[in-house]
Amino acid sequence: MKSGADHALAEECAQDVMVTVWKKAAQFDPARASVATWIFTIARNRRIDMMRKDRRPEPEELTWGPEAEPDQLDVMTLQQESELLISAIANLPEKQRVMIERAYFGDLTHSEIADETGLPLGTIKSRIRLALERLRHSLS
Amino acid sequence: MINHHLSDKLLMAYSAGTLPEAFNLAVATHIAMCDECRARLASFDAVGGAVLEQVAQDSSAMDDTALSATLSRIKAQSPSERPSAKPISSKVLPEPLCSYVGGDVDAVKWRSVGGGVRQAVIPTSDRATARLLYIPAGVAVPDHGHNGMELTLVLQGAFADEADCFRRGDIEIADEGTEHQPIAQAGLDCICLAVTDAPLKFRGFLPRLAQPFLGI
Repeated sequence: MKSGADHALAEECAQDVMVTVWKKAAQFDPARASVATWIFTIARNRRIDMMRKDRRPEPEELTWGPEAEPDQLDVMTLQQESELLISAIANLPEKQRVMIERAYFGDLTHSEIADETGLPLGTIKSRIRLALERLRHSLS
Repeated sequence: MINHHLSDKLLMAYSAGTLPEAFNLAVATHIAMCDECRARLASFDAVGGAVLEQVAQDSSAMDDTALSATLSRIKAQSPSERPSAKPISSKVLPEPLCSYVGGDVDAVKWRSVGGGVRQAVIPTSDRATARLLYIPAGVAVPDHGHNGMELTLVLQGAFADEADCFRRGDIEIADEGTEHQPIAQAGLDCICLAVTDAPLKFRGFLPRLAQPFLGI
């Protein structure tokens, strides 16, 4: 992680993230995120905790219990969409790609992020939306 | 049915973790009520995952001792159980707002700001301010423009301005140049979460005079 943290702090943060990944493995929902995405969210949260500036509250959790295993087809297509997203980002025009990287490294404020990101997120969003609908259905 | 959603730039900044706390609170509370934006956020988190994979390929390795240090920390604890499914709450204030307030609407410590309108400031970091507004049905919020960005999330009732109507779960994104006079609609009194990164500019003389005292 960059984000202005020095080397030792980044090292400590990375170790914390790996320990959390191991501890919370049972909460990982492969129908809603790839492993890289899940690790990214844990790393982001750890970095925010260490900076002690702005708290980042999370939305009310939608958890899946043992009675609602994720659908295998959902899992497979989500993982495929995640792979496609990586190559789509790699193929973006240089300027857009750099903007996105800077946004995720924490170098841009919300007002500096472009209105049009150029990211093709429609398909992956629809997949996740379907998985959420199934989850809501199993909860009701 | 929610018709007014978060913008891509707000979702990306929330995903990246760079928003002021008050904005995080409004974004998270909207997502608690809106599966469309929950799915959009997950897709922006996927972008973060993709960026991470890209960086992992060309970044410097960790110290030699990192693996053994991590393994010994992992051995010292056991993994958590998968949490059981929770019923979805039916409160007026969803999480995380409910925790910030310390309960549902009846726990809010309102202060009158005149004309039947009440507000309660929610403590967050000082980069932006968050407050709950209570506007009786049929009453207008004082006419105001904006210095920075303002998010208004409806939690109960509805309000309408010249252009649109906003109901429970809808979020209005206003910025410099937006000048409007929202009016709470008939029926239930309107409760919203309003978040600003700069103080509002009220156009009337009296509201402007009162502004420094009201902290809005």
